[in-house]
Amino acid sequence: MSAAEKVREVPAGSEARRRRRGRVTDENGKRVRVWELALRYALLLAVLALTVGPFLWQLSTSLKGPTEDIFSSPPKFLPGDPTLHNYDRVAQTIPVWDYALNSLKVATANVVTNCVGAALAGYALARLRYRGRKVATLVFILAMLVPVEGIIIAQFTTMRELGLNNTLIGVVLPGCIGAMNVLLMRNAFLNLPYEIEEAAFVDGANTWQRFLRIALPSVKGTLAVVAIFAFMGAWDDFLWPLIVLSDTDKFTLTIGLNYLHGTFANDERLVAAGTIIAVAPLIALFACLQRYFFRGVGEGAVKG
Amino acid sequence: MASSSGTASSRTASPGKVPTGGASVGSASPGDGGDGDGRPAGAVARVRRQLPTSPWLFAAPGLLVVGIFILYPFVSTVVNAFTDRRTLIPGEFVGLANFRELLHDEMFWIGLRNSTLYVLGVVPALVLLPLLLALLVQKNIPGIAFFRSAFYTPVVASIVVVGLIWVWLLDERGLVNSLLEAIGVGRIGFLSDQWLLLLSAMTVTVWKGLGYYMIIYLAALANVPRELHEAAAVDGAGAVRRFLTVTVPAVRSTMVLVGALSSVAAFKVFSEVYLMAGPGGGPAGEDTTLVMLVQRTGTGLTGRVGYASAISVVVFVVTVALMLLVLRADRKEDA
Repeated sequence: MSAAEKVREVPAGSEARRRRRGRVTDENGKRVRVWELALRYALLLAVLALTVGPFLWQLSTSLKGPTEDIFSSPPKFLPGDPTLHNYDRVAQTIPVWDYALNSLKVATANVVTNCVGAALAGYALARLRYRGRKVATLVFILAMLVPVEGIIIAQFTTMRELGLNNTLIGVVLPGCIGAMNVLLMRNAFLNLPYEIEEAAFVDGANTWQRFLRIALPSVKGTLAVVAIFAFMGAWDDFLWPLIVLSDTDKFTLTIGLNYLHGTFANDERLVAAGTIIAVAPLIALFACLQRYFFRGVGEGAVKG
Repeated sequence: MASSSGTASSRTASPGKVPTGGASVGSASPGDGGDGDGRPAGAVARVRRQLPTSPWLFAAPGLLVVGIFILYPFVSTVVNAFTDRRTLIPGEFVGLANFRELLHDEMFWIGLRNSTLYVLGVVPALVLLPLLLALLVQKNIPGIAFFRSAFYTPVVASIVVVGLIWVWLLDERGLVNSLLEAIGVGRIGFLSDQWLLLLSAMTVTVWKGLGYYMIIYLAALANVPRELHEAAAVDGAGAVRRFLTVTVPAVRSTMVLVGALSSVAAFKVFSEVYLMAGPGGGPAGEDTTLVMLVQRTGTGLTGRVGYASAISVVVFVVTVALMLLVLRADRKEDA
């Protein structure tokens, strides 16, 4: 894993590595046959074209100038004269940077509330002994099973009663401490050896100190996963903001994009530029944090 | 960090009780953050005073949020389903009137049909394809980390972005049709025919879900004992045979999990169809799904909250039924 982990570019450029076939072994330590390896890479590249291709086509469309034919058959995959003109036009058509800022506010708030709230509640469920802990755990399990799409209208009326509809706070609140994240943190805390905390307890550390100084630093990995999912979930959310927001100046990026598409559907270059603005930061973020995602996956394989 | 030496006897003491003096003597290790040195007795007394309340303080924010924004809306959805509540009018109890109306509502049956078709169309693909993909990226060959991340990209992208990308790809004059024309098939109106539109939306759902379920399968495949494969190989089983006799049985419980997750998600589909068919649900609303119907009838100033809640209750019931169905199928195979 670790050796392969460092390779970040498309293997098309790694001929030299492929020639040193002795290094390429399967999980049993046996050499992988050349034709099998070639077949694997062929399949991998085919799937790569299917998964990443559409994004690249969108990027290409967004870079094509107004004089270039985007409908040609056979299609032209590369823009003849790349230009950022369409991105300017998006910003002139909708306040795309304000929307991006709104999305960023919502996503950041969601990360903070989820990390703090889920860590606290997870610790309470995992560690502390008190009556009603089982009931509290059950509450979170039940909440996890509720299909959010079904309660969306009631959530909206709840927001109205609180006077928070059509605000960014209203967008954040329903998911600001996810039941799933609470249970994830609970399991992480349950896996910590209890003796360490017991020693601290005996030394006179109170609950808060034990949580902050001993338990929390040991579950950084799970906390990172919660943070990543909270950010992406908030940044990508569509149905809830669509229902709760009505003023165009409060839109998040996804709702703004939907609006752009609804109003300028026949201007493909414009919509393409808008989608790239929305998706690029997230892909960049994921590229930086991807090792947290794949940690633990492939643990069964021999390291090498 | 405090070492755990000398606390063997206190292991049985619950944090709620004051540990016996014997345990606390000599267990204060040097350099444990500077607290707890020299005042163990006072500290213990403080802990004792704190314990009944602090756990609830820890759990309170989470319980409040989940209670107010998940459980309370759930209960009020079920209650509202039996009223004629509207957005601005509280409404009154009307018994089963909403459900009676559902039975005669053509839109409801269209929504139910489409959401059900969605499950039937999407789930088999999402159970099988990610498994094959996981097998493909399982081997640690050079560059595999890049491929794993790349295959996960559609999961990371927002559903709105994904929907709009595919709307453009499947456009009458889009890339797919350009390619089809170039090879002589001719252009196909993917987004103008109601059935092709539904099929296109399913394709998008599968495309976006591949990477997500691939990761789940990868974690499961890592736990398949290698000896099984080796034994089968020694017995002369080919790759396909090994897949069917070793891999599939070993990851069967994961396949059931993926089946349950994807069927529940598929039944609640909203965004893909909304984006590709438009808010109205395509030609004559023929592509409306149940959740689209909830959104359409329940929002706005004249939104029929009661009626939309009744549709939501149907969604709840079917979701639970799907879960039970998948779990029962799992048990049957076990027997």
